[in-house]
Amino acid sequence: MILNNPNINNMSNLDKFRQETKEWLDKNCPPSMRSGADPKIPVDEVWGGRNAEYKNPESKLWLDRMGEKGWTMPTVPKEYGGGGLTKEEVKVLNEELFGIGAKQPLLSFGIWMLAPVLLEYGSEEQKKEHIPKIIKGEIRWCQGYSEPGSGSDLASLATKAEDIGEKFLVNGQKVWTSYADKADWIFALVRTGPKEPKHDGISFLLIDMATKGVSTKPITLISGKSPFCETFFDNVEVPKENLIGELNAGWTIAKKLLQHERAFISNFGLAAGMGSKRDVVSIAKKHLGEENGKIKNNFYRSEISSHKIKEHAFGLTLKRAGDEGGKASATASMFKLYGTEHNKKRHELMVAASGINGVAWDGDEFDDDDKNLTRAWLRTKGNSIEGGTSEVQLNVISKRVLGLPSQ
Amino acid sequence: MKLVLSEEEQFLKDTAKNFADERSPISHFRSLRDNNDPKLWDKDIWSEMVKLGWPGILIPEEFGGSNFGVTGIGVILQECAKTLTPSPLFATGVLGAYAITQFGNDDQKSNYLPKIVSGEITTALAIDETSHHEPSKTEMTAKKNDSNFILNGKKIFVIDGASADILIVLARTSGVIGDSTGLSLFILNSDTSGIETKKLDMADSRNYANISFNEVIIDESSLLGDLETAGETVESILDIGRIAMSAEMLGNAESAFEITLDYLKQRKQFGALIGSFQALQHRAAEMFCEIELTKSSVMAAMRAADENSNELQRLSSLSKTMAGETLHLVSNEAIQMHGGIGVTDEYDIGFFLKRARVAEQIFGSAKYHTERYANLSGF
Repeated sequence: MILNNPNINNMSNLDKFRQETKEWLDKNCPPSMRSGADPKIPVDEVWGGRNAEYKNPESKLWLDRMGEKGWTMPTVPKEYGGGGLTKEEVKVLNEELFGIGAKQPLLSFGIWMLAPVLLEYGSEEQKKEHIPKIIKGEIRWCQGYSEPGSGSDLASLATKAEDIGEKFLVNGQKVWTSYADKADWIFALVRTGPKEPKHDGISFLLIDMATKGVSTKPITLISGKSPFCETFFDNVEVPKENLIGELNAGWTIAKKLLQHERAFISNFGLAAGMGSKRDVVSIAKKHLGEENGKIKNNFYRSEISSHKIKEHAFGLTLKRAGDEGGKASATASMFKLYGTEHNKKRHELMVAASGINGVAWDGDEFDDDDKNLTRAWLRTKGNSIEGGTSEVQLNVISKRVLGLPSQ
Repeated sequence: MKLVLSEEEQFLKDTAKNFADERSPISHFRSLRDNNDPKLWDKDIWSEMVKLGWPGILIPEEFGGSNFGVTGIGVILQECAKTLTPSPLFATGVLGAYAITQFGNDDQKSNYLPKIVSGEITTALAIDETSHHEPSKTEMTAKKNDSNFILNGKKIFVIDGASADILIVLARTSGVIGDSTGLSLFILNSDTSGIETKKLDMADSRNYANISFNEVIIDESSLLGDLETAGETVESILDIGRIAMSAEMLGNAESAFEITLDYLKQRKQFGALIGSFQALQHRAAEMFCEIELTKSSVMAAMRAADENSNELQRLSSLSKTMAGETLHLVSNEAIQMHGGIGVTDEYDIGFFLKRARVAEQIFGSAKYHTERYANLSGF
């Protein structure tokens, strides 16, 4: 009788899955991809793609093995190259990965943004063509949304795609394209209906960056780094099969993708705050001194405690949203707003608590932690601009959540 | 720890909401204030709460309670706070019920708890002696004399102190002011000889008193909990009180925000609804976020109390800080967004501001708890 209890069967299936996962990881996760790896082995930030280079060959091996299993997107059905796992199995997988301190095998805009909307809006052929390559890290994607004249007012975008029979002819310019110089393909918003109202003339198009007429130019940021590019399209011919969804129905897909992006950015800010070794309390203790285990300066200490309280409350709110079943797109705006503003504030506090070391730029007189903090702090200034500014999020909340009238 | 209400908890919340809307709308509070009601709460409203079983929510079933937990009473306080419902529920149903259930001996429990459940008695917790909450600053003394204790000193800002039948008092049995050791709790009738109660008029028009103890002789059976353990026990009672008060303050903030939003959608200036102005929209959206964060904090703290989590103290300070700061913000913005009408006595929104500032002080301000959070976290 007991054997017929579905819960017990379920439990034992999960236990079995856990056991198999453990064994697989034991055999397949290379030593340098786990916690306790030799610090002398160079660490790669793995984004995959046609031109990926690896300082450590085990980074590639780990990506290939996880990609083959479909475990870089474990909930995606197997027919599209995913892991085909249930939510419960993913939880087990994550616990086991966490347990051995496994490194994330692949960072990918394809995983975070494109694949979820392809699953929802793509044709069967498009899903089969693109999702497996995202999962295996074979193709690196970038996002072509903003344009020089279309920032917050994204729907005014002007890059046009004309119908020339078998193909679209694309002309225009994108900006803030993250890592466009390293990406293989771009998912772009293009204007296909110049006479339609602005939201109704936009299409969602996939473009191979190797096509003739596509070029990129990196933009140097205030942090001194160049994670973004300008991307130019000069008479680029794109096959019509690369259109996702209906012609002129791209805005709906674009908004959906932005939700995935916002959720990602806000979680990322928080995860960075909680998990990173760059902790405001230890930085304050290092630079301001410690007395009886306390940050020695009371003004900083109280400001830091206030900040930590907000961080704690924000973390609990993410948890509550999860417990409530993660409904409502408007909460994505709240998380994007709060997560990024909080991350900026956290970096301001770390810089202030570091004194002049917090604004170190280069040379041997400062240590790497200080110099990296300066760059990281400058980078956070973009957090509340990219993916929709804080002001845009406030607009979304006031109109969609609070129901306040338009002017 | 799931941060969503169970079906039963949601039912309690809905019941409380209906009760507050129907039986004690804000006009009820206004009439108590205008009539200079000495208790500043209404006997009939309280008996209805008693009939609903609310004072017994933290009390075990063997004494007639429902043992339904801090989350249960928290959501009731939250809903009642939306209409500023005054009642002895916080001082009696939370502080008194919890203190006696947790730290009372068998006699004390069987003596007091059934009477709390039946509404026969109300209680008050007397802690503070200075303008800022700081239990270790207790100066009031309890001197042992044979089988008696003799109480001398003065307690201030005692919630419901002007009407409570039973007092729970923090006093020093040894040590000096500033020590968190040497403190004990006592439970006694408020009409014991030598006690003088003076009603305290605060901005929020609620029931408070300053209480003097002049050579008050009580039997040693009045000791609540073990001798000189109150440094800890009182913190545990206060933490439950802080969490419950945070739930109340969350209700205040939600209500003031809702009233203000309605106003933004009705009031016209320059030929447009003022809610269409971005200067106001963005501030409203920011308040929304702060309220959401406060909801999560209060919820987590209530859950921690019911699960007796080792995060309880930190979450208590977290929720009192979040509730304090959010209500502070919302009560100020509510007035400003109402414009001139917001500063008139005739309009209700001012009640929320006055209640906010008093509630912020109860059992420690946001500043107090930010410091406590830092200490507990090792900052």
